[in-house]
Amino acid sequence: MSTTVEAMDKAMSVMSSVELASAQHSRETVGDFTADDPRMTCRNVDVWYGSKQAIKNVNLDIGKNEVVSMIGPSGCGKSTFLRSLNRMNDTIVGCRVTGSIKLDGEEIYDKGLDPVPLRARVGMVFQKPNPFPKSIYENVAYGPRIHGLTNNKAELDELVESSLMKAGLWKEVKDRLDQPGTGLSGGQQQRLCIARTIAVSPEVILMDEPCSALDPIATAIVEELIDELRQNYSIAIVTHSMQQAARVSQRTAYFHLGDLIEVGETNHIFTNPQHKLTEDYITGRFG
Amino acid sequence: MNKLNPKSPAPDIPRRTIDIVNASLKRRHAQERRFRWIGAFAVGLGLAFVVLLFADIVSKGYTAFAQTYIRLPITLSTEVIDPTGTRDIAAISGANYNKLIRDALYQQFPEITDRSTRRQLNTLLSVGAPDLLREQVMGNFALIGTTSEIWVLADDDIDMLMKGYIDRTSAQEERRVSDETIGWVTQLEQQGRIAKHFNTIFFTHGTSREPELAGIAGALMGSFYTLLLTLILSFPIGVGAALYLEEFAPKNRWTDFIEVNINNLAAVPSIVFGLLGLAVFIGFFGIPRSTPLVAALVMTIMTLPTIIIASRVALKSVPPSIREAALGVGASSLQTQFHHVLPLALPGMLTGAIIGMARALGETAPLLMIGMIAFIVDIPSGFTDSATVLPVQIFLWADSPERGFVERTSAAIIVLLAFLFLMNLAAVLLRRKFERRW
Repeated sequence: MSTTVEAMDKAMSVMSSVELASAQHSRETVGDFTADDPRMTCRNVDVWYGSKQAIKNVNLDIGKNEVVSMIGPSGCGKSTFLRSLNRMNDTIVGCRVTGSIKLDGEEIYDKGLDPVPLRARVGMVFQKPNPFPKSIYENVAYGPRIHGLTNNKAELDELVESSLMKAGLWKEVKDRLDQPGTGLSGGQQQRLCIARTIAVSPEVILMDEPCSALDPIATAIVEELIDELRQNYSIAIVTHSMQQAARVSQRTAYFHLGDLIEVGETNHIFTNPQHKLTEDYITGRFG
Repeated sequence: MNKLNPKSPAPDIPRRTIDIVNASLKRRHAQERRFRWIGAFAVGLGLAFVVLLFADIVSKGYTAFAQTYIRLPITLSTEVIDPTGTRDIAAISGANYNKLIRDALYQQFPEITDRSTRRQLNTLLSVGAPDLLREQVMGNFALIGTTSEIWVLADDDIDMLMKGYIDRTSAQEERRVSDETIGWVTQLEQQGRIAKHFNTIFFTHGTSREPELAGIAGALMGSFYTLLLTLILSFPIGVGAALYLEEFAPKNRWTDFIEVNINNLAAVPSIVFGLLGLAVFIGFFGIPRSTPLVAALVMTIMTLPTIIIASRVALKSVPPSIREAALGVGASSLQTQFHHVLPLALPGMLTGAIIGMARALGETAPLLMIGMIAFIVDIPSGFTDSATVLPVQIFLWADSPERGFVERTSAAIIVLLAFLFLMNLAAVLLRRKFERRW
């Protein structure tokens, strides 16, 4: 019988949050959302899909050389928030972003700002590995080539090699760079996508559930890679796996129905959550 | 038998699910069998009609690929052809070849001396025979001054007789060839002087009032120029329009309106495009009528909706993850489209374009409105020469009373179908070639 009571409790809590959402009150974020040395600063960010508000008044910093993980139940807006950090949401009809998102002090939603160089500075790795249907070499070389980052073939070769090295893929593919990128295994494809992203030397890398399509071994490799990449880049990662968030990130943000409920040091969030919703989520009581 | 199915279930025991399922099973299988039979029948019927159509056209048309010739020992005397002996081209082309041929013919029938019978004898040969002989001599001056056995084109009535379309045993009043003529033909047959050869004229000449001189070369070239220009105009415009509408245009009431109109245009009867071409291109812009240029403009307007719709479908089918990947590394919209989306959408676009071209190749009605129905003997050599196209040529021949045009109509249809088949084959092959997504 106790399980029924719990289920009812859960339903009640979801209902109350739905009511709150419809009233469009944003909740106060628990914890310190600022970073010591911020690369990106987001203040009072609202994201709308038409008349539906997907993100409500979110404040969050992404610091230098840190991994910030975003967790929360499906549909809580964490992917939407991530995609607004490099204006990928521009491609969605009816999507509107208000508030302030700054990259190194520069407003990225400024009218005069061109999203093309922005996306070169804020790279993105997607949930499903999406290599171009071209060779491995071409996949990595594409970004540098369109931006004109190298002067000649030798430099480009070197950049492709170093990017694949950083992504931990070089050893596996160095003898078949002319083979199609789509012929690699899922984990290799995702690392190829990471290599493609870091080939244009971004400042921030956004990762949208990068391991959700991978098996545990490939996941372990990618997680190790994320930890190494932290030395040079700022990383924001959306994940459904709390273990993954705990393993790779220094800070964790918990989203719930468009609200940023709690932010804090990852080990604090997982060992000593302040907010009831956060506690319910990480203890597996819902979500 | 099924063990699960009890032979006599007790009435008071509730029936088990498996029994209910088994009870309806027979009916369900019968339904499926029935449906399969209906499907197979429909396919069979369709195939039968296609076979019937092809058999009918081929059986009527294959004889047009052979043509009757009469072998005559023609003396190409220097006095008649080149009296000055200077190989003057004007003199050679102006010589009386008709006389040479007739003399040779009369030689074969020395017993015929009176004028009226000789005139009748002349009808054995095509009125175009002297021109063909001139072409032969102009191409080979060495023939001048020699006597050689030359195959001379026979008249279409003789051709029909040789092909068995005229019954030799029927009453004389019921056929176009007199008893006398049949006698001459029989005599020539016995001497081995009359035979059927491959009909090169059909492929090298324009149309003519005389069936034996009529060919499809003019119509083929007209179709070629029209289609070439149509492709050059409609493919880039169609792909560009599709790209803009699908990837760049804001989604608002205006683009909805445009989309609805494009779909409507695809369903507009083609003759309406002909009227539009007549009013706008010929009437307003003053483009010469009956030309491949104006035909291509009309065809472009006609095929554009097809190409735009096919291209948009092809663009829609490109996975959005590819666009995101390109945008994610900082490619601009245009770079994303041209480097990644377009190459993946190209097979679909090409298929759409080729289907549009195939439709344009077979189109007749709009071309009637812009003067392509004119009787044009000369083979066009450019986009602004008067021309006709293959389907219109078929339409014109089908309208002609001479028996010789019946087989030519079918033969032209065979050629048209062959080209349509080749185009569809090209569409399939191109698709295969470009669709290799690694």
